[in-house]
Amino acid sequence: MLEMIISSSVQVVVVILVVLFGCAYSTWLERKVLGHLQHRMGPTFAGPFGLLQPVSDGLKLIFKEDIVPDSVERLTYTLAPIVSFVPALLTFAVIPYSAEFSFFGLEFKGVISDLNIGVLWVFAVTSLGVYGIILAGWSSGSKYSLMGGLRSSAQMISYELSYGLSIVGVIIFANTFSMTELVAKQASDSILFFENWYILKQPLGFLLYLTCAIAETNRAPFDLPEAESELVGGYHTEYSSMRFSTFFIGEYANMLAVACVGATIFLGGWNGPFFLSFVPAVVWFLIKVFLFMFFYIWLRATFPRFRYDQLMRFGWLVLFPLAILNILVTGLFVLL
Amino acid sequence: MTVDTVIFFISAAVAAFGATMMIAQRNPVASVLYMILSLVAQAVCYVQLGALFIGAVLVIVYAGAIMVLFLFVIMLLNLRGSEDLGGPSTPVSLTTKLLVPVLLVAELVFIVRSAFTEAASTGIMAAPEAGFGEVASVARLLLTRYLYPFELTGILLLVAIVGAVVMARRERGDEAGGTGVGVSASDRTPTGGSD
Repeated sequence: MLEMIISSSVQVVVVILVVLFGCAYSTWLERKVLGHLQHRMGPTFAGPFGLLQPVSDGLKLIFKEDIVPDSVERLTYTLAPIVSFVPALLTFAVIPYSAEFSFFGLEFKGVISDLNIGVLWVFAVTSLGVYGIILAGWSSGSKYSLMGGLRSSAQMISYELSYGLSIVGVIIFANTFSMTELVAKQASDSILFFENWYILKQPLGFLLYLTCAIAETNRAPFDLPEAESELVGGYHTEYSSMRFSTFFIGEYANMLAVACVGATIFLGGWNGPFFLSFVPAVVWFLIKVFLFMFFYIWLRATFPRFRYDQLMRFGWLVLFPLAILNILVTGLFVLL
Repeated sequence: MTVDTVIFFISAAVAAFGATMMIAQRNPVASVLYMILSLVAQAVCYVQLGALFIGAVLVIVYAGAIMVLFLFVIMLLNLRGSEDLGGPSTPVSLTTKLLVPVLLVAELVFIVRSAFTEAASTGIMAAPEAGFGEVASVARLLLTRYLYPFELTGILLLVAIVGAVVMARRERGDEAGGTGVGVSASDRTPTGGSD
């Protein structure tokens, strides 16, 4: 019992640290990759290759003045950044990052909690994340924030449906809601190590997941809630200092979360090719997560922002029917 | 007392607290927030009782979707707690206010009493069977024993959706703008031009 408590506490602390570190260096990656995609250098001054840029940004944000406008609703205004950040972290509780292993005599399961409704847990905590944005928009007492909050809540409600439905196809195939079992079912000993990945059986489901995940995390080209040209900063216009950076970290934690979930469900989780079995499983997992993150940044550099009515029409009239169709076809395929 | 029992009673207390605070608030947004707190605490109760699936669905459907819509409407109407939402009680509303709680309490007493007195015959207090509360067992019950109620609920929801669409469409001809969600408003007047 005691050993179990110690090993899970260690896992929790390590995972949180890795996620926060990942958030910080995602900003570095984003600026660097965007820079090079636009024929610029990106950050170069702070440390080699600008590697200390996240540190300097963090210090700067901590020492900025914390400005609270007069017209805010104090309680919800304070609560909002926390509410947008915590659910993103909770997602990582069910993500299997490695096989079972032991370290300094302690047994680790490779996942904080092997919940048998892991996929549902992900959706439950993701669906709570929208409150942070809504409350921020509402409590700021500013028109730009309110518009940003309204837009984002409409957007997230609309895309959450397709987001949830895009995974149902995989669930039908795998017959389980547990993330670790999903990973186990995608393992393969053959030379074609990716033959069991669900991306091959569910290509449409994967595309839908990818699209809806971007909309869920409010990233370009679906970043209407913070469209600078129309709404100044959107829902976080009135936030400054650490309150603002909590939103910022929350956004990147959300990106990492959907990347991890996508890698686990569609790309085989921590499974790697058997002939490279000396590479630790967690490395394969991180590579797959990196691919997702790179793809997001690439998209941001490539596509212009949607118009709001295009965004809603795309969600309801394209993605949603496609998700339903995907479930129907998968169901028929499994039945016959 | 095990850890599970302690967690159950704490979350049950939080659920009751959230529900009480919900009706004690004048600010509608605070009411919604307390209701979300109550729902999440209820979900924890379900999980502690072994009904993982019900707990997860409670959070996904109620806390994650329906309450977002509540908040959304409150924001659209921009209620900030200063408005007085209720007028003085009329005889009808007073009667309902008194009658409904009495009926609900009576129902509660009846259920709790029958759970204790008829526990042996109904099996309400018995230990759950294996696989209780998991997705498979819930689905099996829904699609076999409770198929008709399940399908009827589905039809009821479909009727409600059609009704909502019909009502929203009627408003469309009357006035521009209104309280429609962004789509309908911007659908009518495409801004055109390049982005």
